[in-house]
Amino acid sequence: MKTVEEIKAAIEAGIPGAGVEILSNPSPSAQHSLRLDPSHAVQVATFLRDQLQFDFLSNVTGVDWPDKEISEKVKVTRSVTKTVDGKEQTVEETVDEARKRVEPGCLEAVYHLFSVALKDGPLVMRMRTGNRTDQVELPSLTPIWRAAEFQEREVFDLFGIVFRGHPDLRRLLMWEGFKDHPMRKDYVDPDDYEYEPTPHDEVLKRAEAHKAASQPATTAVKEL
Amino acid sequence: MVEENLKIELGKQGVFVTTIEELYNWGRRSSVWPMQFGLACCAIEMIATTMARYDLARFGAEVFRPSPRQADLMIISGTVTKKMAPQVVRLYNQMAEPKYVIAMGACAISGGPFKQGYNVLKGIDRYIPVDVHIPGCPPRPEALLQAFLTLQKKIDGQHLTGEGRPRHLDAEAQGEFPVPHQGEHDLEPTSNKGVWTVPVVIR
Repeated sequence: MKTVEEIKAAIEAGIPGAGVEILSNPSPSAQHSLRLDPSHAVQVATFLRDQLQFDFLSNVTGVDWPDKEISEKVKVTRSVTKTVDGKEQTVEETVDEARKRVEPGCLEAVYHLFSVALKDGPLVMRMRTGNRTDQVELPSLTPIWRAAEFQEREVFDLFGIVFRGHPDLRRLLMWEGFKDHPMRKDYVDPDDYEYEPTPHDEVLKRAEAHKAASQPATTAVKEL
Repeated sequence: MVEENLKIELGKQGVFVTTIEELYNWGRRSSVWPMQFGLACCAIEMIATTMARYDLARFGAEVFRPSPRQADLMIISGTVTKKMAPQVVRLYNQMAEPKYVIAMGACAISGGPFKQGYNVLKGIDRYIPVDVHIPGCPPRPEALLQAFLTLQKKIDGQHLTGEGRPRHLDAEAQGEFPVPHQGEHDLEPTSNKGVWTVPVVIR
């Protein structure tokens, strides 16, 4: 069983400048993953299949990383004019300042590889898109592992990642003409909460919001 | 109408008395042929119901027709996804009268465990009239037999004239229902008018 570090070293020896990066998993499973640079992904994948004998792609899935707002405290040193001992002086002062920054989100495709020949695996590979709106293209790995075809279609359908080079990129679970990507965190499902016999938690909130929204219409009818 | 006791007495004398209505309903209920299609795991229970152990054939429903044109009963056995719903309604429209519907299992009657999902219809009774609902996930074959017997009782109780007569004897009755259109975010409309109204929850 090869470690991720060994695989990374092998890739870098085989493809100079491949841009492979290890994302460590701190949990007890210690299942570290390789993050591929999308521009070299097809090359790296071909190398993994032909040289390292990863001949079986078992799983393709997606992850949505929404824009994250991070608030942090930063120590800032600035000069302040103060009156000390009756004299005006400029003093350096260090203050905690709360700052907010937005870490841009992205979409991620995750591939699980096994080697049947070497009884090795799984190797987890990830690729990230530039952002969640207009740079959502990733190279398709279907030409390398045919098993990716339907699963990449599913990821395209539910997350909206466009796989460049896919032979038949259509929606898989939802219908043609459907506009949303339901597995994204910011997906809003249609407001059909008119009948919820046992609402609870999130459903209760939605049912009450639906009721409130449909209430004025009924009173208007009564007034007429 | 002939009294029940008189009928038995006459029967003892070798005289068979009946009404057209009884004969007609007996014929209708004794050969309800279901349509052969399954949507999800409930279909496995439906198949089990037709096999030797539970033997749906005892009630005259052994012939599963692979065409809607030859079927009388649609057993909605399983989850109806929003992608599949238009096809289910279209199949129902293609069935000839008299036609009946059994909604089998939690998903078919309400969406079941997938009720809040983005892709599952919250009950097929939003688009087509359902005669018998069976709860369960999946329902036992006995439950499907019970539903079938309930449907037979319902057929038996129908009068051939007047209010509430079977749809195929009522020229005014609606036999075809609009097929929902797959829109940009959801099915349009979300339910057929006159078929489904929001149930009142009594607590």
